[in-house]
Amino acid sequence: MNAPRTFVPQATRTAEPDAAPRTYPEHKPERIYLFGTCVVDLFFPEAGMDAIRLLEREGIQVVFPQAQSCCGQPAYTSGYTDQAREVARAQLALFDQDWPVVVPSGSCAGMFRHHYQELFAGEPDTLARARAVAERTYELAEFLLHVCRVELHDQGPPTEVALHTSCSARREMHTHHHGRALLDQLSGVRRVDHDHESECCGFGGTFCVRMPDISGAMVADKTRSLRDSGATRVVSADAGCLMNINGALKKQRAPLQGQHLASFLWQRTGGQP
Amino acid sequence: MSQPARIPLRDEFNSRARDALGDAQLRRNFRGAMDSLMEKRAAAFSDADERERLRTLGNHIRARALSRLPDLLEQLESNLTANGIQVHWAETTEQANRIVLDIAERRQARQVIKGKSMVSEEMDMNHVLADHGIECLESDMGEYIIQLDHEKPSHIIMPAIHKNADQVARLFERELGEPYTRDVNELIQTGRRILRQKFFDADIGVSGVNFAVAETGTLVLVENEGNGRMSTTVPKVHIAVTGIEKVVAHLRDVVPLLSLLTRSALGQPITTYINMISRPRQAGERDGPEEVHLVLLDNGRSQAFADGELRQTLNCIRCGACMNHCPVYTRVGGHTYGEVYPGPIGAIITPHLVGLDKVPDHPSASSLCGACGEVCPVRIPIPSLLRRLREENVSRPDPGHAVMRGQGSKYSALESTVWKLWRTLYTRPLLYRLFRFFATRLRALTPSRLGPWTEHRGAPKPAARSLHELARKHLEQSR
Repeated sequence: MNAPRTFVPQATRTAEPDAAPRTYPEHKPERIYLFGTCVVDLFFPEAGMDAIRLLEREGIQVVFPQAQSCCGQPAYTSGYTDQAREVARAQLALFDQDWPVVVPSGSCAGMFRHHYQELFAGEPDTLARARAVAERTYELAEFLLHVCRVELHDQGPPTEVALHTSCSARREMHTHHHGRALLDQLSGVRRVDHDHESECCGFGGTFCVRMPDISGAMVADKTRSLRDSGATRVVSADAGCLMNINGALKKQRAPLQGQHLASFLWQRTGGQP
Repeated sequence: MSQPARIPLRDEFNSRARDALGDAQLRRNFRGAMDSLMEKRAAAFSDADERERLRTLGNHIRARALSRLPDLLEQLESNLTANGIQVHWAETTEQANRIVLDIAERRQARQVIKGKSMVSEEMDMNHVLADHGIECLESDMGEYIIQLDHEKPSHIIMPAIHKNADQVARLFERELGEPYTRDVNELIQTGRRILRQKFFDADIGVSGVNFAVAETGTLVLVENEGNGRMSTTVPKVHIAVTGIEKVVAHLRDVVPLLSLLTRSALGQPITTYINMISRPRQAGERDGPEEVHLVLLDNGRSQAFADGELRQTLNCIRCGACMNHCPVYTRVGGHTYGEVYPGPIGAIITPHLVGLDKVPDHPSASSLCGACGEVCPVRIPIPSLLRRLREENVSRPDPGHAVMRGQGSKYSALESTVWKLWRTLYTRPLLYRLFRFFATRLRALTPSRLGPWTEHRGAPKPAARSLHELARKHLEQSR
């Protein structure tokens, strides 16, 4: 065994990337990029549109590069790093102006913010670009709360909602705090806790097809606790989890359904669906 | 519930998982136990700032020790030897067992009593010794219970956590002829009474090691039942077995690591017993073993050590917090993993011990939710390492440059091609545009059954228009 003689820090990849609190710009930007994500694109496009409307209502011009596709996460978490890197490279090229990149999904935002730097660790030029984009990438709820500093005026009837936060959004982007703070601005909305709230819904990208029984058991438990919470609606800022949770609720023929946070916020504050 | 048609070929992990998921009692036992352990840990770390500082310190101590591992091991050996402890090196579990057998034969040992040791599980020591006519009895209560039931540990700290009091009571009734009682204290007293005599009958005591201190030549062993102290002091010979990564540089390093270990594992501020073993019995001393041996086992650890990223696996201080917080482990339990070390840490360490090809599904047995990494007391980035092992699973090694044993065993030309197509789709805007067009316009043709997905969920249907289309129209209008 030949060990290096010097101390090698292990911080190449950290378990908790956002240990230090993030500082936010003092003023709202004039323009932002929206990265819609592949799941929102095909399965929850109205959530993407509601995100655009919420941002426009704050006086921000939204730019949506038409060449965008996917952040690369499915291949990355499946171990196909080279394929993920090429898809990531194609996205990075689209966000070259110094505008914030807003993502209506915490796990995809986490790819931009943390994992692109791992993907391009061996390419100094691209790495510099990845770092610059990471620096100005925000999850939608975070951006509304801390950069736009929105003040939401609830216009809906009293209701009870359960908030589900995706695990990578929670651990990489602290989205659970942002989602709660936004919902708490809505005077008619009571947020109800559900059992094992911080536990994974069982989606996990390709995990749900590689380990179908375990994933199925996890989503069964998650939907049971959501149904038992007494909430009339489930809200989440992550489309992957929503697809999983809504799919299971549909199979169970449960009246409860999940909605993207952007759509919920838009509709509660006077926006038309 | 009737079962829908399934993919016929289900790998071993998934089929074991399926059995475990179908066992309602097992699931209740695990869920209840893990919930309670999570609560206890949270209560033990009530100050989040202190917890995070301590975790960083723990990480630094372990990383520093590993960065000087060969030097520290030599220092450990020389200080242990100076203290009168005999040091043995084993590259494989066979060699480790041979060392133990040689000592046993020289001492004409018939009976061995064991404190808790996961490395001895790696070695399958009980069975190897039994094959040579030596009875090897577990003295940790959990280990004793599963040994009685001819099982393997299902958790690294609480080996019998899959059983509840009723199951233990029925086991004691059946195997020991004890009257049935569900009183946990009575059950423990039964075990203690039987084991007490065994400590005095044993020729050799075997234990694990929590930390081996290089600067002083000290073996630190923590436990709650006193069986560790009995096993290491009553028999005439004490053999400690441990992995080469357990070394730390200084005695002062042990203090924060102990605090992290006991609070992360069981939410305890400190364990009932902390044993610090530095030498055999000296002339004039009334107790202690005549001989103390340390077996240092590699068993694949130097493979992890050789890679800067995978080396972090060896930070582990075996607290079990990652399994307690893992939603997968909580549902399927330790036996589903089919190996000595279950749960998230098992999934990243076992491939080094047995070869990735023997456990190709372990790295996939995670939704990468990150709960394990969040609670790891020495900040092992377990989700990143799981992902890395998935990469090694599907990457064929360059000849002569394999990162690890069994690399590339899950490589499939078909799957590889699928991901290449996926890349092509998402890097060619025109192609992706066509794909969106057909996916949305032909949404009515979306199949209602989509493999494993629809076993538990309804099929997702694409929207009538993609966000790309809606956004383009909207932004054009508002311009």
